[in-house]
Amino acid sequence: MPELKGWKDIPIGGLIVEAGNAVEYMTGGWRAFRPVRDATKCIHCLMCWVFCPDSSIMIQDSQMAGFDLDHCKGCGICAAQCPTQCIEMVEEGRIED
Amino acid sequence: MREYLAIDGNTAIATAMRQINPDVVAAYPITPQTSTVQTFSQFVADGLVDTEFVTVESEHSAMSACVGAAAAGARVMTATSSAGLALMWEIVYVAASNRLPIVMLVVNRALSAPINIHCDHSDSMGARDAGWIQIFSENPQESYDNMIQAVRIAEHPDVLLPVMVCHDGFITSHGLERVEIFDEGEVRDFIGTYKPQMPTLLDIDNPVTYGPLDFYDYYYEHKRQQVEAMRHAKPVIIEVGREFGRKFGRSYSLFETHCLEDAEVAIVVLSSTAGTTRVMVDRLRAQGLKVGLLKPRVFRPFPAQELVEALSHVKAIGVMDRSISFGSMNNAGPLFLELCAALKIYGGDMPIVDYVFGLGGRDIVPSQIEQVAHELLKIAETGERGEVVRYLGVRE
Repeated sequence: MPELKGWKDIPIGGLIVEAGNAVEYMTGGWRAFRPVRDATKCIHCLMCWVFCPDSSIMIQDSQMAGFDLDHCKGCGICAAQCPTQCIEMVEEGRIED
Repeated sequence: MREYLAIDGNTAIATAMRQINPDVVAAYPITPQTSTVQTFSQFVADGLVDTEFVTVESEHSAMSACVGAAAAGARVMTATSSAGLALMWEIVYVAASNRLPIVMLVVNRALSAPINIHCDHSDSMGARDAGWIQIFSENPQESYDNMIQAVRIAEHPDVLLPVMVCHDGFITSHGLERVEIFDEGEVRDFIGTYKPQMPTLLDIDNPVTYGPLDFYDYYYEHKRQQVEAMRHAKPVIIEVGREFGRKFGRSYSLFETHCLEDAEVAIVVLSSTAGTTRVMVDRLRAQGLKVGLLKPRVFRPFPAQELVEALSHVKAIGVMDRSISFGSMNNAGPLFLELCAALKIYGGDMPIVDYVFGLGGRDIVPSQIEQVAHELLKIAETGERGEVVRYLGVRE
């Protein structure tokens, strides 16, 4: 957590004057269910990338490469629309890191 | 060239807007809208202004469009009244919180129900905690003058708050009076070219987000900033009023007094009723009765200490309120409540009473103001306050 600034040191009106700083907000902390992919079943159609509302599908060489877990909120849209059902939403408490 | 016209308050405001030539005016085009917007739309149609005139489907949308336009860097004005202001409510707060220097005419009219289109101050008094500066005008000339000053006050870098210029529904809004209209060039010199003080939405080189989520970690700090802006507003209002006086010949401050310096009792009243009171004060003075008038011009920021200093010598104060704060202390009006608080903090233990009057456009007549003066003189003489809140002109 960055140090919080006082009222004299922040832009007035609640303005955000730095572009693209949403990336610094780790929304992955909200997640209750984590998407887990079975790479052997994935056909790299990238429908998950199209639907992900948080741009949390990582792509490498036009292939599905994994999830950005710092920002994935665990909404499950990727799992719901996956044509091969290769994504499973697993409760965070059951995940062994 | 200056000229004198016989116009009503709403036309005076529309004329000020024509001379100010705002970039955007967004307004709901039918009732409870004011004739100001109707007159101004004619100026737009006639090509007398460069304004983008946006007609919207509700007052909520009117203020929303104003917020968007102001965030995009435009000089923005609008007008509303009564239920229109009530429907704007949510966005009225947004305009102030986003620190957008929008200037809005509020024609003071009663709120429903029952349905009523006539004057009282319930509409703008309800918005007194929204974070807007509120300036009350006595007559069409003051409305015109205040509208021009409001632009400077709102846009001042130390302030950046929206301003409501208020005048009394029908009495001022539709009453024809002699109004001095300044040379357009002089008005534009006075207000200057608008230079937004904050990054704007159309500045693609400096991207900015307006109105984002702001939780427990920063919301409070932004509210604290609004307090600071209100504190800065007071000296700015005084300075702009002085500069206006130097340029145009009529100076303005936070409030105006008449025969108050040696008064034994004071009547405190806003807007058009101050005009009636001034006449009555002169008549009572001719009878040797030491009555004085204090007309607050600025209700937000409330000039608490200044008012107490101006009233410190009187033996009784009568506040006249054209609205009720239902359920407040003794169900009094907002002006009374604020002044009571100010007297407590800044010192003044003279008796003070509240006179509710004129709700829903009920006439207030000179004999009633005379009655107020006599009751105050009696309170001053006996030291007995009696009823805290009194109702002028209500049938028992």
